[in-house]
Amino acid sequence: MNSSIALEREVEELREYYESGKTKEASWRETQLRGLRSFLQEKEEEIFKALEKDLRKHHIEAFRDEVGTLIKSLNLALSSLKQWMSGKKAKLPNIALLSSAEIVPEPLGVVLIISSWNFPIGAVAAGNTAVLKPSELAPACSALLASGLLSYLDKKAIKVIQGDPEVVKQLLEQRWDKIFFTGSPRVGRIVMSSAVKYLTPVTLELGGKCPAVIDSLSSSFDREVAVKRILVGKFGTCAGQACISVDYILVEKSFTSVLLDLMKVWMKKMFGENPRELKTVARIVNKQHFLRLKNLLADQRVQESLVYGGSMDEDNLFIEPTIMVNPPLEAAIMTEEIFGPLLPIITVEKIEDSIKFINSRPKPLALYVFTKNQSLQRRMISETSSGSVTFNDTIIQYAADSLPFGGVGESGFGNYHGKFSFDTFSHEKAILRRSFLTEFWFRFPPWTVNKHQLLEVAYNYDYLGLLLVLLGLRRFKGRGSSV
Amino acid sequence: MAGEEPKNVFDAEAASSLARELRGTFLSGKTRSYEWRVSQLKALLKLVDDNEQEIVDALRSDLSKPPMESVVCEIGLLKNSCKVSLRELKHWMKPEKVKTSITTFPSSAEIVPEPLGVALVISAWNYPILLSLDPVVGAIAAGNAVVLKPSEISPATSSLLAKLLGKYMDNSCVRVVEGAADETTALLQQKWDKIFYTGNARIGRTVMTAAAKHLTPVVLELGGKSPAVVDSNINIKVASRRIIAGKWGCNNGQACISPDYIITTKDYAPKLVDALKTELETFYGKNPLESKDLSRIVNSNHFGRLTKLLDEDKVSGKIVYGGERDESKLMIAPTILLDVPRNSLIMNEEIFGPLLPIITVDKLEESFDVINSGTKPLAAYLFTNNKKLKEQFAKGISAGGLVVNDTTLHLAVHTLPFGGVGESGIGAYHGKFSFDAFTHKKAVLYRSFHGDAAVRYPPYSYMKLRLMKALIGGSINGIIRALFG
Repeated sequence: MNSSIALEREVEELREYYESGKTKEASWRETQLRGLRSFLQEKEEEIFKALEKDLRKHHIEAFRDEVGTLIKSLNLALSSLKQWMSGKKAKLPNIALLSSAEIVPEPLGVVLIISSWNFPIGAVAAGNTAVLKPSELAPACSALLASGLLSYLDKKAIKVIQGDPEVVKQLLEQRWDKIFFTGSPRVGRIVMSSAVKYLTPVTLELGGKCPAVIDSLSSSFDREVAVKRILVGKFGTCAGQACISVDYILVEKSFTSVLLDLMKVWMKKMFGENPRELKTVARIVNKQHFLRLKNLLADQRVQESLVYGGSMDEDNLFIEPTIMVNPPLEAAIMTEEIFGPLLPIITVEKIEDSIKFINSRPKPLALYVFTKNQSLQRRMISETSSGSVTFNDTIIQYAADSLPFGGVGESGFGNYHGKFSFDTFSHEKAILRRSFLTEFWFRFPPWTVNKHQLLEVAYNYDYLGLLLVLLGLRRFKGRGSSV
Repeated sequence: MAGEEPKNVFDAEAASSLARELRGTFLSGKTRSYEWRVSQLKALLKLVDDNEQEIVDALRSDLSKPPMESVVCEIGLLKNSCKVSLRELKHWMKPEKVKTSITTFPSSAEIVPEPLGVALVISAWNYPILLSLDPVVGAIAAGNAVVLKPSEISPATSSLLAKLLGKYMDNSCVRVVEGAADETTALLQQKWDKIFYTGNARIGRTVMTAAAKHLTPVVLELGGKSPAVVDSNINIKVASRRIIAGKWGCNNGQACISPDYIITTKDYAPKLVDALKTELETFYGKNPLESKDLSRIVNSNHFGRLTKLLDEDKVSGKIVYGGERDESKLMIAPTILLDVPRNSLIMNEEIFGPLLPIITVDKLEESFDVINSGTKPLAAYLFTNNKKLKEQFAKGISAGGLVVNDTTLHLAVHTLPFGGVGESGIGAYHGKFSFDAFTHKKAVLYRSFHGDAAVRYPPYSYMKLRLMKALIGGSINGIIRALFG
């Protein structure tokens, strides 16, 4: 438990270390990135154990979704670092003789990362020092990060601070050069309000209800693939406790029974007759969330809409993968982000009606659309707004490092992954270099009609005009105002 | 009811109704088409072209701004901004295809720029035309609806903007709200999809606090003390002219990127002071209070603030040039001070006026410590021919933007992002950066139904783990080895 003063001292140390300039060096950054990678590779077993303890997450799911994607990101950062760090030349108009302009990325300074399980890849690649505050809801993972990670990284530059929301509050009172927050919109508001004190830029990765729209697919092969991907995108991803989990489904009325039948078949194949025994579905993270989810199902009308699953084991914090059809839209299960293994299916008359449905709700982090209809695809992109759109799959956009990952509206702002992570923790500094040799003497007062003329043509990059005026061959078109 | 005056108060209800109306228009899709955006940008250009004289007159009324400055610094830059946007818009609007890797094979991906929705632009008083309309150019180019709140401290321009934008622009999507603190507060209570604010850090914080309630992203273009470091062994005549142009030539020092103060060596200071004096006289004559080429101080509030900085005990004796003032005309002459104490008022707040303190150090390298002991400024300037010093400056000074051997010009380069860092602001704009400031970069991934890796799905097995590791590692050999054991 850190007292406020001890915390302030730790952040001061990070700032002093940052100001020593060490973290700006490319070699330092590379060492840290390699350290992160070694941690993931050498401590793989411990990581799986921690995830198993906190979430009963199957270790292959853990690799697929967490360890694996992190290693991939680290490899990319290591191979691209020099390129990311170098400046970019900015084009200047020809009239700017003997001048040069460039944009150079520089670290912001000391950054705060408040997250579930986010690694400081971007922060470190961009040359910052950082505090990581992992989620207290996953205590084994949090402890592993605190103890394990620090032996692989420069302890003077990266600190892991554990604790409850009170610790987050104290952290938010310190001065940061950037805050990166992953979590709920409610806490996101608190984070941004705290950031005002020092005008700290923030990135907020929030959540929302990520819909999966399923068109009436004609090919049975496509149908199976779609169903598998949706089921994995819901129940196979931390039991639906991920910001990009499929939250609910939108499907045409006439296609619903086909969809449901296929889903039931594949539920059994993937998760077995008794999912709790097979351990292919993670458990609910804690009692509070278990009760929250139990409450969502408590509504009588929601109960009546259940078509599969519904059983719960409070002692083991386990909820069976559950599907319902058309629960009331004003019930909590359709107004709040579910973040659990409960899957509502909402039917619409025509699939195009799902556009209006989606737009009547806050913008989600991800939109999933299963269709081969190109016109529907185009309409989905241009007529809805979401952090991202993925066609014919779920979750996997998270692994595409060339795509920015972030929300819009209620689902957040800012983004990361790949180079976007580097950019998010950088300041793009503009540098203009001029020579003493060239001058636009008409920049300076006292002002005359001639100077006005020259400035006009210069501004319009009207080189011929410039020449003519200089040679006295162009007359000034009077504007009526005395200069 | 007889005898009652109709109330034209812009209160919370009016603000809410305005936001609702514009949101409705935005959701109709009207602002998204290329044609609409082009028509509005062209309308803005026409607005400025047709009304140049009125704009110059309004700026003269609000700031006594010399017409040349109005034409060059405000109208000229704005027109350029419109033209660049018109020329590049098609390209900016195009989705950007990005590469995909073996992990998502087979797939294709792109980043689609989409408008955020309804933007609020809150502008400043010192360049009231440019700082109002330049962000509006960005909002429109990116396909948003926009509300502009011009500064009440430049009332003639504010009312001219309301009139002209009402006349030239599509009123269902572009609106002006005039007023002061009450009206701004009413606006800030609403939910916007982006807020773009230009002004001081104190109000910047108010804006960000209001934005936090709605999780609205913001751009804050603030200020700071932009230093100019002057080395010896330079073309001092040219350097002086450029410093003067950036200071008094920009609204008489009332510009966010004016060189706020100078740092030079003790040895060089006298030469610099002499050169500045000579050039100042060339520019503004022997009686600068009478010069028509200098803006006045915007109002008595700021006049009082600036004279207080000058009259502070430990500072008033440090004036080496100027210091004259005329309260009736709200004029303060270009003033240079030498070696004011570091703890004086004038060295602890952004001056935003025609006072230029020169701080001296023994060795020029010490200037970096002086700068870094303060908050990060919006701009920093260095005059030198020393290559090493230039490199140290570029690496060691954090500011929104840096200029070597000149001042303020980077504002006019549309390929450079213009914005602050730390206390000087959040976000940037100009050129494509303006378009990006009002855009959401939506990631779109197209996957095929084929090429499914069973490894993704439960029930899980060791074999699947090996294959997945190989897939994520992206090596063909790894995949082959995993498949064939």
